[in-house]
Amino acid sequence: RALCPLVPSAPAALRALPPPVAVGVLHTTRPLHTTQQSLAPVPPLPEKGGEVRHGLIPEEFFQFLYPKTGVTGPYMLGTGLLLYLLSKEIYVINHETAAAACILTVIVYGIKKFGPGVAAFADKLNEEKIASALAMKNEAIQTLQTAIEDEKKEQWRAEGSNYLFDAKRNNIAMLLETNYRERLLMVYNEVKKRLDYQVAMQNLKRQKEQDHMIQWVEKNVVQSITPQQQKESIAKCILDLKALSKSAHAAV
Amino acid sequence: LPAAVLLKDTKLMDVKLGQLGTWLAMRDFTPSGILGAMQRGYTRYYNKYINVRKGGLGGISMVLAGYIVLSYMWSYSHVKHDRRRKYH
Repeated sequence: RALCPLVPSAPAALRALPPPVAVGVLHTTRPLHTTQQSLAPVPPLPEKGGEVRHGLIPEEFFQFLYPKTGVTGPYMLGTGLLLYLLSKEIYVINHETAAAACILTVIVYGIKKFGPGVAAFADKLNEEKIASALAMKNEAIQTLQTAIEDEKKEQWRAEGSNYLFDAKRNNIAMLLETNYRERLLMVYNEVKKRLDYQVAMQNLKRQKEQDHMIQWVEKNVVQSITPQQQKESIAKCILDLKALSKSAHAAV
Repeated sequence: LPAAVLLKDTKLMDVKLGQLGTWLAMRDFTPSGILGAMQRGYTRYYNKYINVRKGGLGGISMVLAGYIVLSYMWSYSHVKHDRRRKYH
């Protein structure tokens, strides 16, 4: 204990020391955090894709030509291009053209009729996926919330342990007190027993001495009464009795 | 004084017509450069038309139209024989 006085409060002692030399000096030669972070949170998907007109030409093309040619510019360009291709027979009309026309008609008709239905179905699938993912996320958040609540409750419970320790300390004090008093009583009883024994011994001894002496005195007295004395005492008694009987006769 | 952007870093739409030749010459034509350019183009198209919440028809129909045009160009030498007029 004397050799290491700091042991009981080591963290506080360590904190009190001066900070080491390397603290505050960043050991880097290149800048950190220059690029944008590419990880979470991931930005959400855009709602709609790029605009496409007639399913084939991006809207940007129309916007590109609008300042110079107005609204009909791209259509004029398309018509002119088509006529040029046809007249120069860069696009040749043959049996494949007829087949393409029929196929395209069927395709366009199919899309116009079933398009919205298929789109709604796909949207529903997407919605379900998103909803399930969202539900998982919310559930995870909820679990963590309840975990936080439980943790706080545990901390509150840990505070109550002080009362528990006080009660336990009281119990132990009472036990010690009880034990001490029991032993005190035992000591008292034992001492009393020993003293009583001594008193009883003395009483017994005196009593025995008394009895013995009385007996001895009686025995000696009886021995000392000789036969002579016995006769004289009996004659005396008879005379006394006669005198008494005379006085008794006289009284009657 | 606005910072002068190097010709190498300008986008195609910002290049003036006279500078087009120099700009094309400065592009990266190594295999990895070409691959990178294809990857970038694919990613741009994908993120703009397909990787969205409510994708439309235009996303795939543009790809199919491009394929049709390309295959017509490849088979033109065979289709040439069905022309009605020989000289235009």
